[in-house]
Amino acid sequence: MKDKRDKARTIDRAATQVTRRTAIKGATALAGIAAASSLPGTRLFAQSGSDEPLRIGFQAHRTGIGAAYGRWYERTSQAAVEHINETGGIAGRPVELVIEDDGTDPKRGAEVVEKFASQHKVDFVFGTLFSHVVIGSAPRAGELKMPYFVVSEGTHVPSGSLNRYVFQPGITDVRQQVISMAPWMTENLGKKVAMVFPDYAFGHDHRDALTAALERLGGEVTAHLPIPPTETSFTKYFPKVPPGTEVLYHVMVGPGVLTFVKEMGEFFGDKGPELFGFIDSLEAVDIASPGLEYLDGSHFWEGLPRYADGYPTEFERFYREKVGVDANGASVSDPKDVSTYAHMFGCWETLYVIKQMVEESGYVGPTAKDKAALIEALENTEVFEEGIAHPQGKKVFIGKIHQSFGQQFISKVENNKLNVVHRTTIEDGLYEPEADYTTQSL
Amino acid sequence: MSYGAYLFLAVLEGTVMAFVLAVTALGLSLVFGVMRVVNVAHGEFFMLGAVVAWWVSNMIGGSPLAGFLIALVVGPLVVGAIAIASDWLILRRVDYNPEATIVATIGLLYIIQQSVLILYGPDARSIEPPVYFRVQFPWFGYSGYKLIVAGISAVLLLTTWYALTRTRLGLYMRATQYDQETAQAFGVPVRRVYALVFAIGGGLAAIAGVLVMPIQQAHYLMGHDPLLLSFIVVIIGGLGSLRGTLLAAFIIGISDGVISVFFSPTLAKILATLLVSLVLVVRPQGLFGEKPP
Repeated sequence: MKDKRDKARTIDRAATQVTRRTAIKGATALAGIAAASSLPGTRLFAQSGSDEPLRIGFQAHRTGIGAAYGRWYERTSQAAVEHINETGGIAGRPVELVIEDDGTDPKRGAEVVEKFASQHKVDFVFGTLFSHVVIGSAPRAGELKMPYFVVSEGTHVPSGSLNRYVFQPGITDVRQQVISMAPWMTENLGKKVAMVFPDYAFGHDHRDALTAALERLGGEVTAHLPIPPTETSFTKYFPKVPPGTEVLYHVMVGPGVLTFVKEMGEFFGDKGPELFGFIDSLEAVDIASPGLEYLDGSHFWEGLPRYADGYPTEFERFYREKVGVDANGASVSDPKDVSTYAHMFGCWETLYVIKQMVEESGYVGPTAKDKAALIEALENTEVFEEGIAHPQGKKVFIGKIHQSFGQQFISKVENNKLNVVHRTTIEDGLYEPEADYTTQSL
Repeated sequence: MSYGAYLFLAVLEGTVMAFVLAVTALGLSLVFGVMRVVNVAHGEFFMLGAVVAWWVSNMIGGSPLAGFLIALVVGPLVVGAIAIASDWLILRRVDYNPEATIVATIGLLYIIQQSVLILYGPDARSIEPPVYFRVQFPWFGYSGYKLIVAGISAVLLLTTWYALTRTRLGLYMRATQYDQETAQAFGVPVRRVYALVFAIGGGLAAIAGVLVMPIQQAHYLMGHDPLLLSFIVVIIGGLGSLRGTLLAAFIIGISDGVISVFFSPTLAKILATLLVSLVLVVRPQGLFGEKPP
């Protein structure tokens, strides 16, 4: 009996000794890895045996009313992935974009998220623009515990109405856009504003944000004109703009936008109010299109200026060239193919956010632990500096509400071209967070 | 703007809409009247008209007027040819069986829609109006082209009415509508009449598509609205009745204009749908339709 106990003790001791000896080696190795991971471009996971591609599901509006946006979101994402892969991939792993069409349809959107998770087994899903598709897809992403990065501008992300798995790090939201530009609008164009907006989530964000902002600035909304998303004729709405209205604030999306602008011009002629619009109305549309002459002299919000001289930085130039956009905002291979330049940078920036977070959190595969680490890493991030990864400019990220804050541009239409006349600061758009996703369980 | 000006704009908008709607719905009504086929793909013929208009005006280049006039001829011809082909390839094969044709035309709807998506792409494209002038009323401005659309539609409706009542083809069509077997016994080439009626129905929708193209934009999903409105008009007016279709188009068009301007466009659609339900309950054959035997 005694012998046996002694033997056991000996073995125990031996085991302890081995551990002690390796402990020092292990510590050295860990320090090495930690040092390596802080260096850019090191192939950390190639060393640890995981050089499988990182699969990112791209929910694309290839068809349906968002198709023009979808086409350019896809090109931008492809360009970003190409550049990421050329420069060492994400954590040393190549990136593979898995693309599914959601038909710009909320129901299909949720199905696509499901398909990404169960069939394609992607690591993350990203890219959605239209707010109704985001709102339709987000709950499913939450249930599947799938990190879901949207490029939507919708205030539904920072408002707290979605869930902890949904992020918007690559593009600013409507509320901050409106807050940051409203002072310029009331000072330069007028304080009595009539609003034309699409009658669903995205339009309602505009309605709520501008109405509140104008109240603070001593302005007044003279009329709210919600327009159903399937509307094709707009003349009947214009009589509801009351006399004395100084500014007509318009934001429209979908196939009817050209008609909208044309009919607005026909209705008001040169006696109309000043126009302040969101470039969303004219994304993928040539400013020189027939019928748009009426917009000359009016102002637009731009997320990133379409014309190259609007924000001439080295990073912007690099990004423009990589995506294949000329100085006028159209495709280099077809000058008639105008891009959705004010929005699509969000895809580029979001992919770089994913890259940064995978590398910082040590994400390896789609396990609950790795996903949680990535989400927490992003929630703890405060700033994305301007650079190749963020050509639109620096972003302040508020982890509680999963939203980036950045600068905005106001441009004036002159001679069939958009000229930047004002640039807001990040601080202009900051507002007090009213939600906290970090309290939700993972 | 004064009350009168409001009403004027509402009626103006409503009238233009009513004319375009009348042309579109007339096509649907003819096809049902003569062939007893409920053509669910009718809206796609409308869309094809608009797409062909874009295509033609891009091929021609130069003056928008020339492009438009050519499109006005080529549009209905192309669509008519597609309609004849689908009649021969699909409808004839299912022996014009009412249930089978509904399913078949739903299939046709998707085939046309997706083919356009592949060939033309998912974008909304616009063309320059053939003639552009702005009519300035004391209270507001209005597109001169829209008034021309109403004019062309009126001429088209008159022509169709004349063809139906005063020509041999019209006689054949009415005879086939009245009693297909007897018509055949009297030497009416029923099969050919069927193919032709389907082509004319599609062609009318296509012309409406060409006409609205400079106002709206051509888009592969644009056929939904005209289809829905045509059905509303045809159900209210009575399937197969020319008079009923015209009257219903004006009821729907002008009430839509007035209700949209004074209240909301959504309310206008709600009321139109309500009216359809009411007609179906109170007078299932429609205002001018014949009672089913």
